[in-house]
Amino acid sequence: MLYREAINLALDETMSEDTNIVLLGEDIANVGGTFRVTEGLLDKYGKARVIDTPIAELSIVGNAIGMAIGGLRPVVELMTANFSLLAFDQIVNHMAKLPFMSAGKIRLPMVLRMPQGVSKQLGAQHSENYENMLSSVPGLFVFAVNSPNYAYHALKKSIKMDDPVIFIEHELLYNKKEEIDMKSDLDPFKARIIKEGEDITIISYLKMLDDTASALDEIEKELNCSCELIDLCSLNPVDFKTLEASIKKTGRLIMIEEGHKMGSYGAQIISWAVEELFYFLDAAPLRLCGKNVPIAYNRKLELASIPTPKSIKKDIINWGRINGL
Amino acid sequence: MDTALMEDLYYSMLLGRHFEYAAKENYFQGNISGFLHLDIGQEALSVGAMKAFEGDVFTTYREHVMALSRGMSANAIMAELFGKVDGVSKGRGGSMHMFSPKIGFYGGDAIVGGHIPNAVGCAYARKYQNKKTGCLVVFGDGATNCGGFFESINIATSQKLPLVFLCENNKYAIGTKIETVSAFSKQAKKVEAYMPTVEVDGMDVLAVYKAIKKAGEYIKEGKGPIFVEAMTCRFEGHSISDANKYRSSEEMKKCKELDPLLKLKPLLDKVFVEKIEAQVIRDITEAVNFAHESPEPSLAELNKYIFTDEGLKHAL
Ligand SMILES: Cc1ncc(C[n+]2csc(CCOP(=O)(O)OP(=O)(O)O)c2C)c(N)n1
Ligand SMILES: [Mg+2]
Repeated sequence: MLYREAINLALDETMSEDTNIVLLGEDIANVGGTFRVTEGLLDKYGKARVIDTPIAELSIVGNAIGMAIGGLRPVVELMTANFSLLAFDQIVNHMAKLPFMSAGKIRLPMVLRMPQGVSKQLGAQHSENYENMLSSVPGLFVFAVNSPNYAYHALKKSIKMDDPVIFIEHELLYNKKEEIDMKSDLDPFKARIIKEGEDITIISYLKMLDDTASALDEIEKELNCSCELIDLCSLNPVDFKTLEASIKKTGRLIMIEEGHKMGSYGAQIISWAVEELFYFLDAAPLRLCGKNVPIAYNRKLELASIPTPKSIKKDIINWGRINGL
Repeated sequence: MDTALMEDLYYSMLLGRHFEYAAKENYFQGNISGFLHLDIGQEALSVGAMKAFEGDVFTTYREHVMALSRGMSANAIMAELFGKVDGVSKGRGGSMHMFSPKIGFYGGDAIVGGHIPNAVGCAYARKYQNKKTGCLVVFGDGATNCGGFFESINIATSQKLPLVFLCENNKYAIGTKIETVSAFSKQAKKVEAYMPTVEVDGMDVLAVYKAIKKAGEYIKEGKGPIFVEAMTCRFEGHSISDANKYRSSEEMKKCKELDPLLKLKPLLDKVFVEKIEAQVIRDITEAVNFAHESPEPSLAELNKYIFTDEGLKHAL
């Protein structure tokens, strides 16, 4: 099943069980979503439950919060994370804080889905990653979705949760294919060990996880070592237990993400490891990120601004050599 | 209207049409990538407005034809679409981001409605500088649902700013029909309490030209902004990757009958029309060749333009 089909199925199945679930977003009903995620749901559930909104992100999120206050369970699609900026006040001041400020009298069972990242030459205003900012807000669960199986199970659980969830997708993953394990009782808060290894712990998520995986064979051959690759899955909270066990085993840590290096999400993972596991580390950790530049339209500049399988391989091998691997 | 002006408008529309044809062709040949929002069908609006307005212009991402008729060279625009170093934005911007302060063109914002408050601010600057020509901001019907739009009409009115709001009402925001998400199908309704509003046939270049000329004169009087709503129709999908499935073939047929080029052509001298068609084909062929030959930006200059050269010394 494709990533976008897995999300569609999760929406479909939960909607068929609970009539309080409504979807809202731009072009999601009639068109079926820019990335075709909500295709078919309008026909099945009608326009009172699958709502095409105007281009008004602040209101889309604000309205969803109100719907949740009123007893519904809204699932919002923001066309891309780039437009979430217009909704940031609602996300930060309302969605994240109302439950706390009301001493728990208000609960917000809602999910905010949005794809992010560098796609292909979409230019500076359509290529950003905001998981760093979203994860820094207390009161939001933030999931980063790499695979169809995780998408399906994590979205179903997110919709059923009574707390607000940010569900981050990547624009280039919608056609990723994977068998879904229907019987699995996946815990969305738990990191996934993609591949076990002994010498280096590599943590990533979203598309960078796949780019890293594709370079892994050559890295291991070149450094004559074995890498443990982890999909972080939940960006806030972090499954530190899984990370800790891996780092204690390998003694080496690499963090890979697409967003800009300044203020990057992974900086706090590295910081945690240095604070908590300093004596288990055999080398200074490596953090691979996007550069501190807006993303250019030109393809070569675009690719030079973010990690690619090629640059990941080169940077890890260099780092490994320096650190005695 | 004088012949020279009509000929100029026709030439610009035809140039715009063929520019977009070439852009489309080169997209499918792999020379252009990313978003490509074609203006085919809406040329009367783009050309009429750009030729008539004297002050500064702020536009959306669907701006190739506006940039062209404002005076940017076809070579530089095509090279930008190719992501090359001789492009208007040196390959950094792409289709949606064309700027030329020299000719007062602040085009190409890809955040819907995002440029409207910027135009309000620029109109403030022009008023402050006693530059009566003011600003023109162009946006779609969908953008009139954005919060920033409503904030802008209030601020521009309360400050009596020299600003022309030009709404390109093509009745769709991507695949969403305006009536399904807007309280009104005519967006002027939202503005009537704030400022004078004018509706114009956006498929008639002469009508658009006259309406924007008049609006440009109006804002010089210092009485505040004015809203022009041009009813129009795009012939293609929202962007090149939009299959346009939400519009019936009947609707498309009706839309194409309004072709602004066919409307103006019978009013022109036949010899002129033939001559100009050949000229346009030559111009566009040259632009494509120019774009092909222009080099890629240098990777060593990845950081360039983020800050001034002085600022970059601190940033690196
Ligand atoms: C803030 C924001 N939300 C969503 C989008 C995605 N988007 C791009 S164009 C568009 C439709 C705009 O419609 P309209 O204003 O009518 O302009 P048109 O393209 O029809 O001229 C949308 C929703 C965006 N670019 N910016
Ligand atoms: Mg429109």
